[in-house]
Amino acid sequence: MLWGVVQFPGSCDERDALHACELTGGEARLIWHEERDLDGVDAVVVPGGFSYGDYLRAGAIARFSPAMEAVAEFAAGGGPVLGICNGFQVLCEADLLPGALLLNESMRFVCRQVELQSEGLSTPGGAQSFTLAGEMLSIPAKHGEGRYWAPEEMLDAIEANGQVAFRYAPGQNPNGSARDIAGVRNEAGNVLGLMPHPEHAVDAMTGSTDGLRVFDAVAGARV
Amino acid sequence: MPKARVLIRPKEGILDPQGKAVERALPALGFEGIEHVRVGRMVELEAEDPARLTELCEKLLANPLIEDFEIESIDGA
Repeated sequence: MLWGVVQFPGSCDERDALHACELTGGEARLIWHEERDLDGVDAVVVPGGFSYGDYLRAGAIARFSPAMEAVAEFAAGGGPVLGICNGFQVLCEADLLPGALLLNESMRFVCRQVELQSEGLSTPGGAQSFTLAGEMLSIPAKHGEGRYWAPEEMLDAIEANGQVAFRYAPGQNPNGSARDIAGVRNEAGNVLGLMPHPEHAVDAMTGSTDGLRVFDAVAGARV
Repeated sequence: MPKARVLIRPKEGILDPQGKAVERALPALGFEGIEHVRVGRMVELEAEDPARLTELCEKLLANPLIEDFEIESIDGA
């Protein structure tokens, strides 16, 4: 399996993402933001960082990069895409995922380990669905703009569609996210985004290997 | 080239922590009776074809899900 990890000017977690991809047993390569061709990758990771300096809004400019145009086509064709932190913001800005990520309610950058509850798809998503469900994961979160928000009716719809992928465990919501939502999927189930960083939780030395389960789930979603 | 100013603000009903922080700081400076502070941003630009500014705002300058925007043309350009 070949993973592609998109790198924008200002990305900072792409190396850890490459490492996490490789730990699933696959190969991984960087995709520079100016590349228009994903060159046969089987899954894409849009990593964390501060793409294009987060100017205007986090993810707003990155979404127009040639690489993101290619990622949008890849996603439309059913290819699995994982967006982490800034990558999640980029996918929301690109309308590949519902909702938006706003300034943390506390206005403070948070950096701490959080417990996440994963939720399965309640609608038939077929072979493209991520299979992680009903598990508790311990994963670090580090962000200043991670407050998940969507209009109430959109929140009702994504809950009804089984598109909530992760929630912060009770009492652990670090940013004021609506309904404790930490990560969502698209309707087809092949695009997943979350604020916490699974790529930073792949080695017992740093406290948790739970992040690997997220990467394994994405690998398993390969069409 | 025609000049324009775009005002972008968080939609009604969306918590604006920056506005709240400003509001909370005001009494300490002696400004009483100020409420509902909302912080947005303003973009000035020059556009060859001002008719396309709405599309530009919807696609890039604002996120229509969370923000409202207004376009003003600036006189004297």
